[in-house]
Amino acid sequence: MTCCSMDAESVLALSATSASAGEVRLASHPLGGGLRQVDLSVPDVHCGGCILTIENALSALAFVRKARVNLTARRVSCVYQEEIEAKATDPSEILAAITLAGYRAHLITSTVLETDRIRNQLLLAIGVSGFAAANIMMLSVSVWSGADAATRDMFHWISAMIAAPALVYGGRLFFKSAWNAVKSGRTNMDVPISLAVTLSYAVSLWETVHHGEHVWFDASVSLLFFLLIGRTLDHVMREKARAAINGLVRLTPRGALLIMADGSRRYVAVEEIAVGDEISIAAGERIPLDGMIVSGKSDVDLSIVTGESSPVAVAAGSAVNSGAMNLTGSLVLRATKVARDSLLSEIIGLMEAAEGGRARYRRVADRAAALYSPAVHLLASASFLAWGLLGGDWKQAMLVAVAVLIITCPCALGLAVPVVQVVAAGELFRRGIMVKDGSALERLGDADIVAFDKTGTLTMGRPRLVRADAIDGGNSAIACAMAAHSRHPLSQGLVRDIEISYPFAFDRVTEIAGGGLEAWKGADFYRLGNQAFACGTGLTPAGDSPFSEVVLSKNGVDLARFLFDDTLRPGAAEAFRQLAAAGIETLIVSGDRQAVVDNTARALGIGKALGVLAPKQKVEELQRLGAEGHRVLMVGDGINDAPALAAAQVSMAPATASDVGRQAADLIFFNDRLDAVPEAIAVARRSASLIRQNFALAIGYNLLAVPIAIAGLATPLIAAVAMSTSSIMVVTNALRLNAFGRRPGLRSEPRRRKCGS
Amino acid sequence: MNMLIFLMPIALLMGGMGLLAFLWSLTSRQYDDLKGAAWRILVEDETDCKRP
Repeated sequence: MTCCSMDAESVLALSATSASAGEVRLASHPLGGGLRQVDLSVPDVHCGGCILTIENALSALAFVRKARVNLTARRVSCVYQEEIEAKATDPSEILAAITLAGYRAHLITSTVLETDRIRNQLLLAIGVSGFAAANIMMLSVSVWSGADAATRDMFHWISAMIAAPALVYGGRLFFKSAWNAVKSGRTNMDVPISLAVTLSYAVSLWETVHHGEHVWFDASVSLLFFLLIGRTLDHVMREKARAAINGLVRLTPRGALLIMADGSRRYVAVEEIAVGDEISIAAGERIPLDGMIVSGKSDVDLSIVTGESSPVAVAAGSAVNSGAMNLTGSLVLRATKVARDSLLSEIIGLMEAAEGGRARYRRVADRAAALYSPAVHLLASASFLAWGLLGGDWKQAMLVAVAVLIITCPCALGLAVPVVQVVAAGELFRRGIMVKDGSALERLGDADIVAFDKTGTLTMGRPRLVRADAIDGGNSAIACAMAAHSRHPLSQGLVRDIEISYPFAFDRVTEIAGGGLEAWKGADFYRLGNQAFACGTGLTPAGDSPFSEVVLSKNGVDLARFLFDDTLRPGAAEAFRQLAAAGIETLIVSGDRQAVVDNTARALGIGKALGVLAPKQKVEELQRLGAEGHRVLMVGDGINDAPALAAAQVSMAPATASDVGRQAADLIFFNDRLDAVPEAIAVARRSASLIRQNFALAIGYNLLAVPIAIAGLATPLIAAVAMSTSSIMVVTNALRLNAFGRRPGLRSEPRRRKCGS
Repeated sequence: MNMLIFLMPIALLMGGMGLLAFLWSLTSRQYDDLKGAAWRILVEDETDCKRP
C-alpha cells in the first residue's frame, strides 16, 4: 500500500455515484397509501447469497415495507413509506444500504411492466395453442389408427371446437401483422402463415360437415404453436438485452438543484428548469443542460460530449454543454436552453436524420418471404386449377391446394431464423455482449469495415502515466500525496500509477479549481498542475503534444513533470490483429485533436485516423463509406458519436457509453476488453451461415414434400410427420452454434464475478 | 365405444386443468424470476417479506 491509500480512498468514496433523496423520489412511483415503489438495478447480484444479503439489508431499514430481488433481471424493487410519524423519510438510504452491503445500485425507471405484459401475452398464446395442439393430436391419432364413421365425425367436431378459439387467440398476432403488410401492399412471412392457417381450418370444417375423411385441424394448430415459440424466443431475447441495458447507470441527470429567488435550493426535474434559471452543480456531478457559468471555477471533462480527452478549465462566463462532467469545483450555472433544446436534442435530431442504413435494411426472413410467399401461393393456386380443370373434382382440388399450403407453410422458416439468433445472442451474452435485436446480428454478419471512436472506445478515458521527469523519488511522493486530495482525472492517474514507499504529510492542501493543487508545509509551498499554474508564468498556448502534462513546483521552481497518455482499452491490439485476420478494414473517427488521434493510431497500427470531426462530419464520413459499397460497423460511446452510431449499418458501444450512445447502438459490450468486437463479428458471421444452412434445409424439405402434396398423396398424417421433422432439423442445426463457442481459440468460459457476500 | 363418452371429457378436463394451472402461474408472476426462484428454495425463511 502506498502513502496515498487513505486519502485516495476517501476521494474515491466521494466520487462513487450516489443519488440524492430528491433523485430517488423522482425515479419512484406512488402506490397509494403513503407508499412508493422504487426500482433499482443491481448488476452484481448473481446467487442466492446475494439475494439474502440485499433483502436483509433493505428490510433492516425502518421505512422499507418490502424488498424483493429479481435475480434474472438483476433488479431490486423496494416499497417504502413516504413518511414515518409525520417525518419524511430519506429514500437515498436504500441505495446507501445496498452500497454498504457491497453492491452497486443504480436507479432505473419502470418501463418494465409494459414489456412484461407483451411477454405474458405471448406465453399465454403458446399455452393455449399448445393445449389445443396436444388435444387435437390425441384425437387425430385415434382417427389415423382406424376410427371411422360416427366416431370419426365426433372426433372431427371436437377438434374443430378446440381449434377455433385457439386459432383466434393464438393467431391474432400473425393475422394483425399479415393484414398490415397486405394493406400497405407488401408481403411478409405472416401472410402465408395466416393464409395457410385460416384456409386449412375452413376446408377442414367443410370436410367435417360433409363427413369427410381428411381434416387438417392438427396441422393448423401445431403450426401456430411452433411459430409462436419462434416469436416468443425473439421477444425474450430482445427483452433480456433491454433489461441489461436499462440496468446501466444513467449518465444524464434526472434533476438539478435549482436556486430559488429567496436563495433556498430545491431539487427539481430537469424538464422543469426554464431559461434563465440558476442551478448549482457540485464537483463530481454532470451538467444537466446547456448554460453559462455565473460563478465558480472548475475543470470539466468533455470526453463524453466532444471526444476531447483532456479536461478543460472553465470560469464565470464560459458556456458549457449538457453531459459534461464537473470535476473540481462547484459551479452556479444559468440555463441558456431548456432541456428540450439542449445539445442532446440537437444530437437526437441528427440521429433521426442519419438513420438510413438501418431503415433500408430488410431482414433475412422478410427477404425470403418476398420470394417465398408468391411462389407458394402460385403453386397452391396452380395445383387447385390443374386438379379442378383436369380432374373436374373441385372439392378434391381444394383439398390438394390446402395440403400444398400446409406442407410449404414456413414452419421451419419461421423457426430457422429466431432459433439461430437466440442461440447466438445467448452465446454473446455469456461473453458480456448484449444484442438488442435479431436484425442487428444479421447486419453485423455483413460488416466489412469498422470505424472506431477514440476517447472512451479505443481508450478508457483514464490517463496513464507514461513518463515522469522527477529529479528524485521524493518528488514523486510529494506529487502523489498532493494528488490524492483531488478527483481530477490526472491526479487520480498519478495516484494510481506511482508506487512510493514513504508517507508525506502537508500542513494544508487546497484545490484551486481550473488550476491545480496547492499545498503548504512549513514555509514551503508546493503546486501541482499545468505549467502556467505551477510556475506562475503566463498561459502558454496549448501545444500539439499528444500527451497531457502535469508539473510539480516548490516555491515557484519546477521539481518534476509528469506526462500522461490515455490508457488503451485492454485487448485493443489483439482485437485489431483479429479484425485484420478476418479481412476487415479499420479506421478511427474521433473528435479529439489530430496529434492525440495519430498517437493512438500509431500505437495500434491503424492506417487511417481522422481527428477533429464534428458529430455531423462523422456521419458524413460513414455515409461516404456506405456510398462506396462498404457495410460499416461503428464502435463509439460519446454523445457526439450517437448520430454516427445511428448512421452506420450496425453499431456497438461499451457499457460505459453515454445514455444516448447506448440507445443508438445495436450491441453493447459489458466487459472492458475491446476484443468483444471481433468476437461479436465472428459469432454473427457464424450465425449468418447457420441461417443460410437452415434455409437450405427448409427449401430442400419443401422440394421433397411438395411433389407429394401436388400429387394429392399427402394425408394429414404425412403432413404432421413432415412438419415436425423439418422443425426438429432446423432447431438441431441452430444448436450447433453452441459447439462453435467451445472451439479453441475463442474465449468462451463465462467469467464469473466473485460472490459479493 | 361407449366408454368414449367418459374418456373424452376426462382427457379434455385434464388438459384443461393443466392449461388453467399454467395461466394461474403466469398471472401470479411465477415466471418473472426463474433464476431467483431456483435459489430461494435454499433460503431458510420468507426473508422476502418483512413482518410488521
